[in-house]
Amino acid sequence: MSGASEPVTATRRRVVVTGVGLRSPAGNDVDTMWSTLLEGRAMAAPIEAWSTAEHPVKYACEVRDFDPVERFGHKEARRIDRAGQLGVAAAGDAVISAFGEGGPIGAGIDPARCGVVGGTGIGGLATLEEQIGVYLERGPTRVSPLLVPMMMANATAGLIGIEWRLNGPNLCVATACAAGSNSIGEAARLVREGAADVMVAGGTEASITPVATAAFWRMGALTSNPDPLVASRPFDAARDGFVMGEGAAFLVLEDREAALARGATIWGEILGYGRTCDAYHITAPPDGGAGAAACMLAALDDAGLEPAAVGHVNAHGTSTPLNDAAEAAAVTKVFGPRGVPVTSAKGVTGHLVGAAGAVEAVASLLALRHGQVPPTANYEAAEEGVEIDVVAGAPRPLAAAPVVSNSFGFGGHNATLVLGAA
Amino acid sequence: MNRDQVLEVLSEAIVSVIGCDPAAVTPEAHLADDLEADSLALVEVIMAVEDKLDITVPEEELKDVRTVGDALDVLQGKLPASP
Repeated sequence: MSGASEPVTATRRRVVVTGVGLRSPAGNDVDTMWSTLLEGRAMAAPIEAWSTAEHPVKYACEVRDFDPVERFGHKEARRIDRAGQLGVAAAGDAVISAFGEGGPIGAGIDPARCGVVGGTGIGGLATLEEQIGVYLERGPTRVSPLLVPMMMANATAGLIGIEWRLNGPNLCVATACAAGSNSIGEAARLVREGAADVMVAGGTEASITPVATAAFWRMGALTSNPDPLVASRPFDAARDGFVMGEGAAFLVLEDREAALARGATIWGEILGYGRTCDAYHITAPPDGGAGAAACMLAALDDAGLEPAAVGHVNAHGTSTPLNDAAEAAAVTKVFGPRGVPVTSAKGVTGHLVGAAGAVEAVASLLALRHGQVPPTANYEAAEEGVEIDVVAGAPRPLAAAPVVSNSFGFGGHNATLVLGAA
Repeated sequence: MNRDQVLEVLSEAIVSVIGCDPAAVTPEAHLADDLEADSLALVEVIMAVEDKLDITVPEEELKDVRTVGDALDVLQGKLPASP
């Protein structure tokens, strides 16, 4: 085993998940998302947020049936970028599922012991793009006074703190596509270390904007498959890029003893967390996925588990040629050839960038709760010589063994969570 | 443009930014206490009125504005005198 974390001791606090909330292309509540994942139904569809008539990218995985005015009221809705709206809504559901409408304070918990880690790849990008247009067309006096609080990456974390009056640690992690997993992992460490008793942690992203979509397309990261329903196909030999996604998911993390004492519903446990950096290239992983393998091993070491104890891997599995090849190699290195079942939610959800790891942590907890691994949508066969066991076609029954959930971001950021059953 | 007409423009801007009941926008109404409009909202409101009336209101002239009537005074000072 690699990694150098403190040994697992009897005194180390255990961190459990007591609340879950999300807004995703596969549904805006856990039950809807779970049934969509089990069906392996690709959610990519023509973009509704803006006209794609002059744009090379025509489809994405958008969040539907989300009315920000209904959630926030007229005044607040227009002061929060979509990234913040999705994140605060998801976090609100998580907090209410853990504590009821009164939140942690209503449950008698000291707000100074409660905090937030809110991850995102980019932040309030739609607002920034719109206001740059205003500046270029009409000059500096027409720029909105709300631009800074709407665009800043940390807005979601701040807003969640404001909504629930949480005075403890409040941080934003911006590690691109690893941000969701990093946020949950760092928050779990804060609870474990005793810096907080309750953490609201997850990620949000709303970057299906005209400019960002063009930018991802220009760098060759997006699929050019004309059929949205088969375009996102993680680990499949015919994959050619990812489908843009948006959404948010947040968890409530608590010290296990305190959660049990107050009779909380326990969704599962954060058993371990690893984070490494490829230190190699700003967007590409190294051949063989050395950084990803080291990250999984660090997370398993942190959990005090051998690879053989893992029930399945919830892969980053973006459907890009490079990511999936490196991740497959890394999984094979850690678990052996066809040594563990692997699934990716991104065939269904597309790539939610800074929210991906958080949505997939929820999917992992749901897999443990229901005893099933959802299939990888659109997977047919890997390339010759790639020896991973991809769950595809139908859900696969699962013993309640720990899940390894991977996220890897541009910049070379790797984050792995090990989640256990309640 | 008389004071009532300016109030109408101002009221429309306040309602579009704050989403409050138009009837609540009276000259006596306190922006922060009655309408829950903070300084950012006031800047947005004044931007909307500037566009509508084709005037410019320097930020520093807003620092003592507390009520809708105070804002009306500032705006009227920027318009040509009406009969």
